[in-house]
Amino acid sequence: MKPAPFDYIAPETIDEVCERLAEAGGGATVLAGGQTLMPLLALRMSQPFILVDINRIAALKGAARADGGTRIGPVMRQNEVIADPTLANALPLLLTATRHVGHHQTRNRGTIGGSIALGEPAAELPAAAVALGASVEARSTRGVRRIAAEALYFGPYATALEPDELVTAIHFPDWPPDTINLFREVARRPGDFALVGLIGALTVEQGRIARAGLAWFGMGPTPIKARQAEAALLGQSIAGLDARGIAELAIADTAPFDDHHATADYRRTVGRRIFARALQEALDARQAA
Amino acid sequence: MSEHRIEVTINGQAHRATVEGRLVLGDFLRIDAGYTGVHLGCEHGVCGACTVIVDGCAVRACLMLAVQADGCEITTVEGLAAPDGTLHPAQQALRDEHGLQCGFCTPGVVMTLAALTGDDKRPSADTLLAALSGHICRCTGYQGIRRAARRLAGAPAGEEPA
Ligand code: FES
Ligand code: FES
Repeated sequence: MKPAPFDYIAPETIDEVCERLAEAGGGATVLAGGQTLMPLLALRMSQPFILVDINRIAALKGAARADGGTRIGPVMRQNEVIADPTLANALPLLLTATRHVGHHQTRNRGTIGGSIALGEPAAELPAAAVALGASVEARSTRGVRRIAAEALYFGPYATALEPDELVTAIHFPDWPPDTINLFREVARRPGDFALVGLIGALTVEQGRIARAGLAWFGMGPTPIKARQAEAALLGQSIAGLDARGIAELAIADTAPFDDHHATADYRRTVGRRIFARALQEALDARQAA
Repeated sequence: MSEHRIEVTINGQAHRATVEGRLVLGDFLRIDAGYTGVHLGCEHGVCGACTVIVDGCAVRACLMLAVQADGCEITTVEGLAAPDGTLHPAQQALRDEHGLQCGFCTPGVVMTLAALTGDDKRPSADTLLAALSGHICRCTGYQGIRRAARRLAGAPAGEEPA
């Protein structure tokens, strides 16, 4: 239960991180909040030669408004996200999701970028990034690129990020203030990874759905974008919307598995119900308002 | 394998050391610095026994490297009571409400409650109860700990909402 030996470095600049990652040729691991990586090190499931700590880099912290959205530094702590008034305004759904990440004590260190870059399929933040249409900015000595969250995840902890790339920001586009936000998570205990989780944003204009972003977590090898449900919702009038029918379409995109916590069937059954209920309740509340 | 010189403040005392990169903060506090009130249970972030306060925030000492604490102020359970032995309110509440039995999980619970109630923070009972999800206690069945949290929030300690 002690990490295997490694060299530890804590660069002060992004350029230096990129240089060290390039030199290491895949033997380095980036340490952000460490709330997932430290257990992996302790269990020796991860044994890097070099640990590159990015916690001392000021340019990777904080959130700011930028090009029609919000740019969040990857080393922003999850509890800082929850307490940030700018984010509360621009991305209330992100705050809801972040409140469900781990525990108070782990959110004091755990970062938004760490969670999104790791890609645990049952975690809240990767799914939030997919649902809200976020993209990550990845930098290496070879240059900078933006990767859409929906193209980021290949499998559990497998992402499109190359070993020499550092996530330097996460961009979330704006959603109009009257967007309907959906969030449901079923877990055995608070702080556990989800057995089934759903996150979604629906923008209504003149009684019709003008924009939809929906994603599942805990429902497959990656966060799953509910593409069929999104397509079916677009342009639909919210009066008389068939929540159950949409839920059926949303489940069709999932690929849940059996494990010792729940069966795939259980996940689908619960997923269908929470989806239909969340959507129906949100629509009812909307029409009552 | 790298070694690093660090300087931390533990319970108000400056402490200098040379540590291996892989040394976790919890082991450093116990073995190097002698603060054995830091209890390590699972050593991988599940149980909460190792919780300490770093720069004002309750964190798991097994999920942070000692070298990362360079320049930080750390409080362990040894640093809470007044020099004359008067208990910190979080300690007193746990004592009054029978919130401990074997005591293994207790330093962690105390540090979470102390971090959230320190200075003039006025957390709600719900905030404190939610933060307790980060701790596993194998003895008490949690009811005493929950009463202590409610008492600290100024809520009637004896009443547990359904
Ligand atoms: S020893 Fe740190 S959480 Fe269990
Ligand atoms: S009092 Fe024994 S584990 Fe909590």
